[in-house]
Order: sequence, then structure tokens, then C-alpha cells
Amino acid sequence: MPDLIAKSALAGHAPLVRAGTRLAECAAAPITSIAPYPGRAAQVDAALAPLGLSFPAPNGQSASGTARLLWAGRDMAFLIGAETPAALADHASLTDQTDGWAILGLSGPLAEAALMRPVPLDLRLAAFPVGRTARAPLNHMQAILTRTDDQAFEVMVFRSMARTAWAELTEALAVLEARAKLS
Amino acid sequence: MRLTCPLCGARDRREFTYYGAEDYLNRPAPDAPPQAWDDYLHNRDNPAGVTRDLWYHDMGCSSWLLVTRNTVTHEILAVEAVADRKGGAA
Repeated sequence: MPDLIAKSALAGHAPLVRAGTRLAECAAAPITSIAPYPGRAAQVDAALAPLGLSFPAPNGQSASGTARLLWAGRDMAFLIGAETPAALADHASLTDQTDGWAILGLSGPLAEAALMRPVPLDLRLAAFPVGRTARAPLNHMQAILTRTDDQAFEVMVFRSMARTAWAELTEALAVLEARAKLS
Repeated sequence: MRLTCPLCGARDRREFTYYGAEDYLNRPAPDAPPQAWDDYLHNRDNPAGVTRDLWYHDMGCSSWLLVTRNTVTHEILAVEAVADRKGGAA
């Protein structure tokens, strides 16, 4: 067996800055999907309690230190940045997703406007506050969006679409940068 | 056209995939007469007015939805999750 070298989905893509807005790949963290079995909500929350987390409501997340639990669909959440508590396996279906997703960070004054081009959601701060998470299309890609700060978003897409997502966001930033230069 | 997903909120039509009539939820018993199976598999109404059909939120939360809408006015009257109905997946 030869030695295999782990590569991130966007290895080789240096962070991109357009008009003060930065697009960069976020560090790969362990990602585990948690799908509670029917009627086990209380047990799942009890198993998550040692991490300081609870199962998130739709469009929300639970965070504690570097561990985050993002809502990822009906009866599904993604645990990011923490190992899964062993007690959880009795009450939920757990799947390692670490290599299946690419995480892009978009931050800066144009982040909101750039993301609203490929995403058909109102992402303004009043409608999509810090900590909000949504499953939504990024053009044709099934994405998970999270607002991490007033001017920062995290975009998760399937790993196979990482470069496409990068290209779409780069194009949106280029258009907005060109427009900003005219005014 | 927008559908208000019970989990995700109001979303654009492009996030959803149409499956077919509500009839798919009403599967006949295994020993039902052939006419019942014929109706279930093949016969559909095509109403000018209120109709109920199944949609899948494939670009969102992956819920199956039962949508009540009006084919004449294009009004969306109700959207409910199939899993939340009695006998649904819970």
C-alpha cells in the first residue's frame, strides 16, 4: 500500500481578495451527520450535552467553543469540529462526512451581495442574522449556508462541486468589484 | 411561484421537484380489486381549480410536501410535510 496524501478539496486555490472581500477554503474539520432515530430527541440532546451542544431547530445551529452543530435538513444535523460522543450511536444514525464536503469562507463588505447572486434567499442581516443556517441552492448546487459574522458566511458544498462553487463566487465578486470601480 | 416549506420557510419554485398527484399517498391494500390498483397507478384527475400534489424539497431540507394549489389562479393554499401527517414517517 503506497502512502496516500490527504488533500483538501480546494488544495492549490490561494485565498482570493476582490474589493476587500475574501474567498478562502476553510480548514477541514471532522464532519459527522447526525440523524436521530424517531422519538429519541431527548436522548440525543443528553448525549450531546457533554459537548455543550443541543440538536438545532430548523435553520439554526448550536455552537460551543470550536464544536458546532449545523441544521442540515429534515431530522439531520452536521457536527463539525468535534468527535462524536460514543453514547450518540444508540440514538441516531451517524455518518462520517469529512471528505464529502468542501467548506468555503466568504467575508468582507461584498460577501452578502456576492452570495445573493447565486442563492435565491434574502441574505440581508435583518432576514438572515448571525448564526442562521439554511439549506439552499447555490445555482445548481445543494449547499449549506451559515452566517458566521455580520459580513461573513460559510458555504458548504459537495466536495465534487468545490471548484464550481469557487468559480461561481469568483465571478460574482468580479462583477461586483467592477461595478464598485464605476461608482 | 413560491412554496412555504414547513421547515425552511418561503422558497423559490426552483428548489422543488414535482412528483405527482396526492393519489400516491393512498396505496390500496394488497388484496384490493384490480380497479383500485388501476386508479392508483394510472388514473388521474386534471382539475381546473384546487388540486393536491406531491413535491420534493430536493435543494433544501429533503422533505416530501403535500401542496394544495389552484391551477386556475396559481394560488398556493397549503403546504404540509408528508411526514407530519397521521401515519407519516414521524
